Amino acid sequence: MKTNDVILQTATKVVFFIIILFSIHIFFAGHYTPGGGFVGGLLTASGIVLLLLAFDLKTVTTTLPINYTVMTSIGLLIALATAAGSIFFNVPLLTHAFDYFDLPLLGKQSLHTAVFFDTGVYLVVVGVTMTIIQSIGDDD
Amino acid sequence: MIILANILIVTTILIGVIFLLVAAIGLIRLPDVYTRTHAASKSATLSVMFILLGVFFHFWLIEGHVNTLVLLGIAFLFITGPVGGHVIGRSAYLTGVKLWEDSVKDELAPVIAERKKRHEQK
Repeated sequence: MKTNDVILQTATKVVFFIIILFSIHIFFAGHYTPGGGFVGGLLTASGIVLLLLAFDLKTVTTTLPINYTVMTSIGLLIALATAAGSIFFNVPLLTHAFDYFDLPLLGKQSLHTAVFFDTGVYLVVVGVTMTIIQSIGDDD
Repeated sequence: MIILANILIVTTILIGVIFLLVAAIGLIRLPDVYTRTHAASKSATLSVMFILLGVFFHFWLIEGHVNTLVLLGIAFLFITGPVGGHVIGRSAYLTGVKLWEDSVKDELAPVIAERKKRHEQK
């Protein structure tokens, strides 16, 4: 029997964007406050899992056509490139650098190469979590 | 000013805690799943919203720090709490959990029976 879950689906459409915005905030706030790539990635994955619960797997894979195994490898490559980049400046592996820049609208901000490493962690966490959940949920 | 702010904070958090107590008593005292989800989803959502509001007031008025994440949490709970209660009650009904024996009205039963009959005919 097909059930009518319009309340869950409508609430999901609103809540999904709140979760994604919050995960982006957690990701970028990771340097000065609690948070970072791991928690942000888990939050993004949980937002997509909420979509999977409210709709079915086929709808979600058509709206978000992402190959999560490729996403995982891209994340690992970004982390590896951040680690390898320090070799060219004749410093030990994984040495990070930062400087202050005057950005338009944002003013004086410090930009740090650790953000690239965190991006790698974020992509790996989202990719691995979604691969696990999709492959478990897929075998009917 | 500090005294007024403290009174506001204490009252808000106290209202929240009292509603949380009411929700807990409702979970123990009420007879079936549907009345219990009614108590848990409504009262607990309101209580956590009041407690978060008190936390927001404390950090705003005493520490001078406006934390918008708490406001986002209040909005999030306001959306998700009742939906969670609805989904629990709905799945309980569809899996055949009985109503309290003294219930007088069950308006969903004929709709579900009609739908099941149509489903079998197909």
